[in-house]
Amino acid sequence: MQQFINTALGGLTTGMVYAAFALALVLIWRSTRVVNFAQAPMAMVTTFVALAVIDAGFSYWIGFAVALAAGLVLGAIMERGVMRHVQGKGEINAVILTLGLFIVLHAAAAVVFGNDFRSFPAPFGVRGIEVGGRTVALTGFGIFTIIAVLVVMGLLVALFRFTDLGLRMRAAAFNPEVARLLGVRVPRMMTLGWALASLVGSLAGLLIAGGSLIHPSYMDSVVVLGFVAAVLGGLDSPLGAVVGGLLLGVTLAFVSGYLGSQLVALAALLILMIVLMVRPGGIFSTTAARRV
Amino acid sequence: MLAVDSLTVSHGPVTALREVSFSAARGAITAVLGANGAGKTTLLRTVSGLHRAGAGSITLDGRPIDRLPAESMVALGLAHVPEGRGVITELSVEENLRLGGLGRGRVRPGDLDLAYDLFGVLAERRNQLAGTLSGGERQMLVIGRALMARPEILLLDEPSLGLAPRVVAQIFALLRRLVVDQGLSVLLVEQNAISALSVADRGVVLHLGRVVADEEASRLAADDQLRHAYLGF
Repeated sequence: MQQFINTALGGLTTGMVYAAFALALVLIWRSTRVVNFAQAPMAMVTTFVALAVIDAGFSYWIGFAVALAAGLVLGAIMERGVMRHVQGKGEINAVILTLGLFIVLHAAAAVVFGNDFRSFPAPFGVRGIEVGGRTVALTGFGIFTIIAVLVVMGLLVALFRFTDLGLRMRAAAFNPEVARLLGVRVPRMMTLGWALASLVGSLAGLLIAGGSLIHPSYMDSVVVLGFVAAVLGGLDSPLGAVVGGLLLGVTLAFVSGYLGSQLVALAALLILMIVLMVRPGGIFSTTAARRV
Repeated sequence: MLAVDSLTVSHGPVTALREVSFSAARGAITAVLGANGAGKTTLLRTVSGLHRAGAGSITLDGRPIDRLPAESMVALGLAHVPEGRGVITELSVEENLRLGGLGRGRVRPGDLDLAYDLFGVLAERRNQLAGTLSGGERQMLVIGRALMARPEILLLDEPSLGLAPRVVAQIFALLRRLVVDQGLSVLLVEQNAISALSVADRGVVLHLGRVVADEEASRLAADDQLRHAYLGF
């Protein structure tokens, strides 16, 4: 029983990170129909920025805030400086370009920050907390992870649901031409969408790094898992991304805990295949095809 | 006054409009008529900045607007009403309306009530996704959404398309009322010439991208030769 609970809690924590990463992918897919493969190295770069700030003698929290801000700026730069110029020139071009950015950011990070493993601090304990004399697999940092992701998601939901800016952003994503006719500056909304997505990705990067080692490629495995989580949820649905992330996190934790950790990658792909066969549009798909 | 002068527009190798000139007066309904492919929708899309003119000019009260981006038109008082498919189906009815109001800054609380007073059925469906509306309701929504920006000139693209005659009559009667009561100006692009001429002050007939007639609506409707040749009734 205790192992069951511990496995579930561990899965929930990593699932939250997958959810955040998947959400970042969904935010960009929804508005530009591009799967941003560069999301992981972008998060890696901002995590290295946080480490540089912390190494310079500032507190963890300053580093954390600087990394999120850097994510916002990096996302905006990627959209303005790079992605905008291939827009409307074939969807595959944009996707290949994000793969190119993946490699470029990797190389740049190795040059600037070095190609070594470096330890990244955590603001809370990374040992299990005690409940009734027993140690549970939920760490202080795990609780922080869950809360941080929930807060960011709550803020995003509030932005999209309840603010004028959020309404403009959704309109620009769903129907750019009509949005323009209604006075929405669509390119600006795209930039903002990339910036927000990159911020959420940076959060995922920081949470994965906390209390562990970082390296220019430390986020790469998350690309695959975050992508699987996003596809599970339907790629179009932010809620789906969150549920997909949690589902994947918990399932993989059980696979790892009861069947063996070497099967995790295989299980992730198996889940992806099953979902794509049974519900090609994702678990949360409401319509068969969005557009002709 | 909205004036179009010697406007030529091409889609790649195809010339959709050739030297089109006409003007739409304030406080009146100007109907642009013609068969499918005559260039009506291209004309409207060029006026609202979605297409660029190859040559010629578009002016609003003497000020050239043909180089302005589409998103800046609504601030000038120009509201483009795309055909009914232009509702944003993933947003609720109320969100569509609010978005219309945002075109001119903020949405004031009373603004939504104005739209709901005009179209009672939208009030009943305010929290439904716009994608669940019928064709007639969608048409009401796109018109209501455009009015939320308090426009001076309404550009309407085929508002009768796919609607029952009774609904078409309702919508045209409403347009007339807005023109008479509030001094709104309307540029109406229509294939349904009979309905359009019954409500318009002036009619411009396009044929293969050229203006072939530009007259008072009543005189157009009475011109048998023209009607048979270009308007099909």
